[in-house]
Amino acid sequence: MGKTIAEKIISEHARKDVNPGDIVVAEVDIAMVQDGTGPLTVDEYYTMGFDALKVTNSILFIDHASPSPRKELSNAHRKLRDFSKKAGAFLSDIGEGVSHQILVEKYVKPGDLVVGADSHTCTSGALGAFATGMGSTDVALAFGLGKVWLKVPASLKFVLNGKIPDGVFSKDIILHIIGLIGADGANYKVMEFEGEVIEQMSQEERFTITNMAIEAGAKSGIITPDDKTREFLKSHGRESDYKEIKPDPDAVYEKIYKMDISNLEPVVALPHTVDNTKSIKDVEGTKIDQVFIGTCTNGRLEDLRIAASILKSKEKHPDVRLIVIPASKDIYLKAMDEGLIKIFVESGATVLAPGCGPCVGVHQGVLGDGERVLSTQNRNFKGRMGNPKAEIFLASPATAAASAITGKITDPRKFLT
Amino acid sequence: MVKGKVWKFGDDISTDHIAPGRYFHLRTNLSELAKHVLEDAREDFPERVEKGDMIVAGKNFGMGSSREHAPRIMKLAGVSCVIAKSFARIFYRNSINIGLPLVELKEAEEISEGDVVEVDLKNGTVENLTKRKTYKFKPMPDFILKIVEKGGIKNYIKEFGDYFVE
Repeated sequence: MGKTIAEKIISEHARKDVNPGDIVVAEVDIAMVQDGTGPLTVDEYYTMGFDALKVTNSILFIDHASPSPRKELSNAHRKLRDFSKKAGAFLSDIGEGVSHQILVEKYVKPGDLVVGADSHTCTSGALGAFATGMGSTDVALAFGLGKVWLKVPASLKFVLNGKIPDGVFSKDIILHIIGLIGADGANYKVMEFEGEVIEQMSQEERFTITNMAIEAGAKSGIITPDDKTREFLKSHGRESDYKEIKPDPDAVYEKIYKMDISNLEPVVALPHTVDNTKSIKDVEGTKIDQVFIGTCTNGRLEDLRIAASILKSKEKHPDVRLIVIPASKDIYLKAMDEGLIKIFVESGATVLAPGCGPCVGVHQGVLGDGERVLSTQNRNFKGRMGNPKAEIFLASPATAAASAITGKITDPRKFLT
Repeated sequence: MVKGKVWKFGDDISTDHIAPGRYFHLRTNLSELAKHVLEDAREDFPERVEKGDMIVAGKNFGMGSSREHAPRIMKLAGVSCVIAKSFARIFYRNSINIGLPLVELKEAEEISEGDVVEVDLKNGTVENLTKRKTYKFKPMPDFILKIVEKGGIKNYIKEFGDYFVE
């Protein structure tokens, strides 16, 4: 029987032929934590009595509250820095950026098995890895044992055909899919994406798709690596990390979804669930107080380029706070070289250091009671951005930039030339 | 066997409801964080929940973040079991790992707030003692049940030194 990419990767790492539903033990190539989940992992690692890291790439990221806004978090950060020195793990400290972006720039290869104490670890699946989010204890065990237990998930295939319309981006496409299948539509499953639309997309756009697989409940999102993947790795000095891996022609999928997105319009997710999606025309004109462009979903260079192309020579609406955060140091530097940062600052944006920013509700843009934000992040749960009395709308960087100019949710196609 | 009084919640209770991000700085202080458990879904819950109480909810309970702090503070606050129509994947795994029993029950909505319920994880039964009604559910696979019985994956690994999934 043929295998999906996920089944192939898990088989290789479990050193046996696996099938959906099997519970297996698999070796781990990359294990990571961040400053929200990491301190608990460090405590558990020591409680278990481990004294040597068994994963080649054990990485600690300080990105959720960076730089630290308060002493409790500064102490949590100290714990991670001390651990990485003592245990010999990699540390990605403040200023470096969001974990998932750095993972794809520097570490993840096609065919890898990646576990992370962060739900958006699935982002790396766009490089053809099996990457999945877990808890702190699971990653402590991965650090110490070099392996994890896994229930082999069944795969769902999403065949996306057609031509991506102007003004529509990969964020609109994934929001559309989640709206269609629901916030638990892929629970316990792998979402595998293919088709003309995926072929048209750049590697950067593909990360937005797999990043949000968890918002449909998926264990992972996966895309077959191709020349664009090779190009991406090459542009980060890692061409030799490229490896071919693809599903067998007779791989078995639990369900195959086919959709043509040629007529899709920009999509917005309304509070308080990601699957509460509407077409832009149904929400246009909704007044907003803040716009946030950034995060592991849409803080990449291409996202900043499209936002800057809309904001160029224009000013944000006086009643709106506009926050822009490049997802990594590499992106920040390139955005400076291209003049994008200048465009943002001139438009009235507050540009902050690479990191998660206000997405987690810790600092840098917490909302007031009754306020509304339009964000390019991946989640709009009640309280997500630090205030349960606020409302979060999700959209593409183009929609976010257009809305920052008008002060209300706006169709970005009005600003595209 | 676990027995307790029921608190009722709806669909799509997220980890942001359970362990809100604005208390991010309390993640290294779980007993303090537990004072805010589920407060964004129900303000009076942290104050009124009692040891042994159970949560009964709709679909996709625990959706969202990987924060293991969510099931941990529920357990710390005294919650003995969560019965829901369905669970989000990472929350399910985290709960098993820390020894918080979960029951996937399609009839969850038939159980009301305040009912007293008894759960037999091994035989797969939920008995509503108040309504005198018994439901059957598919017990967890042996490997997973063993983790819960040991009180979590940490105890399991300490005892066996490794995972034994066969």
